[in-house]
Amino acid sequence: MKAFFRTIILADNKKIRLLPALVITLALVAPTIVNGAGLEGFQNWLSDNYRTEFNGFIEARAGARLQDDPYQEDASIGELRLQIDLGSDLDWAIFKLKGDLLTDLVTEEAGAELREFNLAFSPLEMMDAKLGRQVLTWGTGDLLFINDLFPKDWESFFIGRDDEYLKGPSDALKSSFFLDAFDLDLVYVPEFNGSVYIDGSRISYWNGLQSRSAGQDFIFVDDERNRFFRDDEVHLRLAKNISGLELGIYGYHGFWKTPEGVLLTGPKLFYPGLAVGGASIRTTMLGGITNVELGYYDSLDDRGGNDPLVRNSELRLLTGFERELARDFTGGFQYYLEFMQDYDEYEQTANPATRKDEFRHLLTIRLTKLLLNQNLRLSLFAYYSPSDEDGYLRPKFNYKVNDQLAIDGGMNWFFGSEDHTFFGQFEDASNIYAGIRWNL
Amino acid sequence: MKKFIPSFICLTVLLGTVLVSPVGATPTVDEIINRANLAAYYGGDDGRANVLMTISDSQGRTRTREFVILRKDLKDGGEQKFYVYFKKPSDVRKMVFMVHKHIDKDDDRWMYLAKLDLVKRIAGSDKRTSFVGSNFFYEDVSGRGVAEDRHELVEETDKEYVLKNIPKNPAEVEFASYTVWIDKQSFLPVKAEYFDRADRKYRMVEALETEIVQGFPTVVKSRVKDLLTGGETVSEFKNVKYNIGLKEKIFTERYLRRPPKEVRK
Repeated sequence: MKAFFRTIILADNKKIRLLPALVITLALVAPTIVNGAGLEGFQNWLSDNYRTEFNGFIEARAGARLQDDPYQEDASIGELRLQIDLGSDLDWAIFKLKGDLLTDLVTEEAGAELREFNLAFSPLEMMDAKLGRQVLTWGTGDLLFINDLFPKDWESFFIGRDDEYLKGPSDALKSSFFLDAFDLDLVYVPEFNGSVYIDGSRISYWNGLQSRSAGQDFIFVDDERNRFFRDDEVHLRLAKNISGLELGIYGYHGFWKTPEGVLLTGPKLFYPGLAVGGASIRTTMLGGITNVELGYYDSLDDRGGNDPLVRNSELRLLTGFERELARDFTGGFQYYLEFMQDYDEYEQTANPATRKDEFRHLLTIRLTKLLLNQNLRLSLFAYYSPSDEDGYLRPKFNYKVNDQLAIDGGMNWFFGSEDHTFFGQFEDASNIYAGIRWNL
Repeated sequence: MKKFIPSFICLTVLLGTVLVSPVGATPTVDEIINRANLAAYYGGDDGRANVLMTISDSQGRTRTREFVILRKDLKDGGEQKFYVYFKKPSDVRKMVFMVHKHIDKDDDRWMYLAKLDLVKRIAGSDKRTSFVGSNFFYEDVSGRGVAEDRHELVEETDKEYVLKNIPKNPAEVEFASYTVWIDKQSFLPVKAEYFDRADRKYRMVEALETEIVQGFPTVVKSRVKDLLTGGETVSEFKNVKYNIGLKEKIFTERYLRRPPKEVRK
């Protein structure tokens, strides 16, 4: 199955009539609402009379693989997307609804995604609450996550969708308490929300069971965690800002967000239990921002590390520094470590040809340059692992043609000396893409 | 806060913030500069304004930015906190920019990106970079430390004091000097001209309209011109209010994630 927040399919390739219909609707509706003062008039009317904000965008995006993948289509992305974003200020609460309609030309499906549907209010002077589907983020890493155990969509990230889509929503109850000593956030997710992981349907991956690369010929199925109140998640954060020194303590109890366990019956993947405890610091230093974050991943279904079918416990650490290098030019650097626990046990059962190292080191660089009155943004984000000898480059541009229209493009380039390492396995998924977006 | 609005116009002032002595004949340079700093950036104890920025390039193409700005002074002439909530254009809507301004060290700055629920800390050592793509600099918005320049009274007209200002650390800024015209009555800076190392005028900031709001002289329309590129930005301030009783807790992570009612309406 796909993670819960993946598109609800409205039409698939057997029933594709909806797809052209949706495309045509978009094509007809878009210029009409965009051109006339109609849209702005409608937005102002809603805002003035109902304190409701109506926004969104229409976007087209296309991309292609840079090399053949025998198990996948040549197109890496091809979609038309309409996002509707409604926010209503009810005085005692803010109601939010945000969702996308899209036609995906690669999977030949049309669908809908609900990204936010929630109510935010303050039941007490020192308390905020947010109920419903929401996007949640905390922690200090830049495109690296240790204590942020909220869902991610790695597939969107790898094929060149907007960064917004890396973060998946949670169906959660978030309550925040603002005390004198510290702030406390508690997030309860009654039914597990996993990440969208690389299952072979769109991007090929290293299949450890068959010791080969696999794609659409071997799409993994996972065993859903879908028992309400039993397959639940709890996230916790204590935060304190002492004159610009930001401290965080984190806790999580739930499951690995990607299925890090294998059931040989099937075979199927499953989401083993996971508890995480961690901490972070972020502050200004040497004219820039520096951060340190660590977390202990306690793999609850394999605490001794001797089950070869479940991922071992890990200690994870990251530290970073970011500063302006010149006017409108920023550089950032991070070091990240995954330190596998009980490595001896792992070593005994792992395939020597493909087994992981005890320490996975990862370095990242981010460079961002703004040009043309900040309307053109050029950026590069690079991951490189000296221990896995693999990496992932994300060069990108985004140009705001005017206040409504933006174009962007970039590349996702994976490389590695082995086929089984984290980034190396995605070599055949390297792609370029471009998009155009009209903001409503 | 009198005008944090005029903030946009002011530039400069001496750090010590000695309060101004009763006006005799001609105040000293330090008095002028301190009074101008207070007039431009520290009106009242706090304040708010709706800001509309129109950014034009030399070919007349325009872009707009609409935001609400909240300001609270912790100490006149000293630390301040700013909260900027963007309303338009659509791609920056709901973005929040927050500054804890310090006098003796780099400011703390945060950005909140609503679509990712991401609180990002920003490296902000260079204050003379464009504020949201406009011709205004961060420093035009939050003020330039008064101790960062040497000031000299070069002229006194019927209406204005004219001061020439030379940076103590020229490597940190793009100008070699700037001249500022300060209104004698209100002590609002009403014009500033920036000169480069070839003594060429390349940038101009002007107050186009001022009003008295709750007793505070306030710049309600200002303009920056980039004389090299031909680009300019006009800022208009609406709904200016002082002493609205902003709580300091608004300037925290809680209200980045959850904009306060002061900016939502």
